[in-house]
Amino acid sequence: MSENKSPKTLFDKIWKNHVIDNIDESNSLLYIDLHLVHEVTSPQAFEGLRLSKRNVRQPDKTFAVPDHNVPTVNRDKIEDELSKKQLKALEKNTKDFGISYFPIDDIRQGIVHIIGPEQGLTQPGMTIVCGDSHTSTHGAFGALAFGIGTSEVEHVLATQTLLQKPAKNMRINLNGKTQKGVTAKDLILGLIGKIGTAGGTGHVIEYAGSAIKNLSMEGRMTICNMSIEAGARAGLIAPDETTFNYIKGRNFAPKENWDQALKFWKSLPSDETAKYDNEEILEVNKLEPQVTWGTSPQDVSSIKGKVPNPENEKDLNKRQSIINSLEYMGLKPGTKLEDIKLDQVFIGSCTNSRIEDLREAANIVKGKSVKTKAMVVPGSGLVRQQAEEEGLDKIFKEAGFEWRESGCSMCLAMNADKLKPGERCASTSNRNFEGRQGKGGRTHLVSPIMAAAAAISGRLTDVREFI
Amino acid sequence: MEKFKKIVGIAAPFTRINVDTDLIIPAESLKTISRKGLGKDLFSYIRFNENGSQNNKFILNQPNYKNSKILVTGKNFGCGSSREHAVWALKDFGIKCLIGTEFADIFYNNCFKNGVLAIILDSKKVEKIIKIVSSSKNSELEIDLESQTVKTKQNEIINFDILPYLKRNLLEGVDDISKTLEKKKLIDEYEFDMKKKYPWLEKKNG
Ligand code: SF4
Repeated sequence: MSENKSPKTLFDKIWKNHVIDNIDESNSLLYIDLHLVHEVTSPQAFEGLRLSKRNVRQPDKTFAVPDHNVPTVNRDKIEDELSKKQLKALEKNTKDFGISYFPIDDIRQGIVHIIGPEQGLTQPGMTIVCGDSHTSTHGAFGALAFGIGTSEVEHVLATQTLLQKPAKNMRINLNGKTQKGVTAKDLILGLIGKIGTAGGTGHVIEYAGSAIKNLSMEGRMTICNMSIEAGARAGLIAPDETTFNYIKGRNFAPKENWDQALKFWKSLPSDETAKYDNEEILEVNKLEPQVTWGTSPQDVSSIKGKVPNPENEKDLNKRQSIINSLEYMGLKPGTKLEDIKLDQVFIGSCTNSRIEDLREAANIVKGKSVKTKAMVVPGSGLVRQQAEEEGLDKIFKEAGFEWRESGCSMCLAMNADKLKPGERCASTSNRNFEGRQGKGGRTHLVSPIMAAAAAISGRLTDVREFI
Repeated sequence: MEKFKKIVGIAAPFTRINVDTDLIIPAESLKTISRKGLGKDLFSYIRFNENGSQNNKFILNQPNYKNSKILVTGKNFGCGSSREHAVWALKDFGIKCLIGTEFADIFYNNCFKNGVLAIILDSKKVEKIIKIVSSSKNSELEIDLESQTVKTKQNEIINFDILPYLKRNLLEGVDDISKTLEKKKLIDEYEFDMKKKYPWLEKKNG
């Protein structure tokens, strides 16, 4: 068939492999290979199933873990009654419906987007969904992965399918070689600064180019994680040897079918002549470590920059939004970012709490002590264990960091870990929205090494001084 | 799903851009296992002051807009988290329809799954509507999905586009899951083929 020969993008290939039926002029029924579930966006979906007397179609393709609402200290007894109820509901729902579950005291427990890849559940060419917008993280493996709402969670539980409109294809080439001190987090922040938080709306972004090729899987996950902050439905990176090496030998990775899987995975990257609806290029050679100054991830600057002056913005809407941001953030135009003092530092979240992130941060912290309140929340029990085996916990603790148990923690401030009104935090998470880390809390997004440097100097700091 | 046909109600202009779902409903309000009762926490961080009293500057606290059924929004409304709680909170508060130039993807989907109509118009039309409803005398609008029109107090009519399937679903109050389950045979067949083609996806043995 000629149709099969037309050049396709990675997205087109995955899409085509999963369409069961074209429902109407806009929607297709898409098969879902892996459904990840957590405690906050699922209870209403299970309730829906019960009310309509429906079952989970594929409990073996559904994995659940509590992460958003778990305490990161004293986990034996959960004080908050509402949290306890929500965690109990997940336990009961997974039991009643026969779903694999990593409970809070299981070493495999962790942030849902950390444990999918860690367990080898996340594989190239799959469709992956979760009731969480940062499901885009899994796109780092060349899987089509996106966040869904609770009604859709119920739909996937009941049918193992989802109604979807095809997305548009966008390719972003990140070319060049990064300077030292510039990480995957800086690349994605820099990119969002360029294209804006609605820059990817309606698109699936495929990240390509030499700077992506050279990244580890951890770095690629950081990039894809924040696709949603660029407004995209999902992020994708073509699978290659780095991907395959990461997957090999993991718990749920293919074993006897490895060669067959590998052959298929190698067929997935976009065809050379494939067409994209949109293309962007970011030259990364000159990119400096990035930090946000406002209340949207696009409010970003090089650490060497200054707080912008709203007067310089001609668009009235944008000007007003800068004025609002600065008022909320308690910042004056023209202030050097490096002069901004901090109260707290948070190293954690599905953006940056993998072992590589902790290693790099520990490297900066080693032998020094912090000037702010600071905490490290590893992404999973296994990351925590690995870090402890390498002695990273000691380095952090000796420097004055708190060493916590895994979960989302202060990324969204649902548990007890939150900022007080007016407190200022350098955070490795992905959202600096008003109130995201606690009502009135002020967030500056940075990479793990920038966070480490900030904790040591007590202000936003150019990490390159420490390397 | 609830149907949507026609509503008449007050429209509140809330023009801030990039309103994220954390602002619509903060994380600390998500410790619920129900879809109901979230209206009291809608926009809670900006609707209430530090001491819990009402922030009178916030649009939905102003006398004329207290009982709004329609929200006219700024660009990229609903960005950020996928939490459907944002739509549940709007709905529980009484908001049945949103009008804006652009909505974030997941939020937009979530609206329609809950019988909330999100209308996309070009910025000129949205600005015009904002201007009109900003005057308390003219803040009432009539939204008719069947004829795809927004009607102002002065009987001015603004047409809107909507994807046919979204319109159908809202008018009929379609239950997506029942509809998909009618395709059970196709799903069975797909899974059967898949087991042969991608056997490693079946072997979950961790
Ligand atoms: S760490 Fe933050 S962004 Fe990631 S899943 Fe948890 S709450 Fe969402």
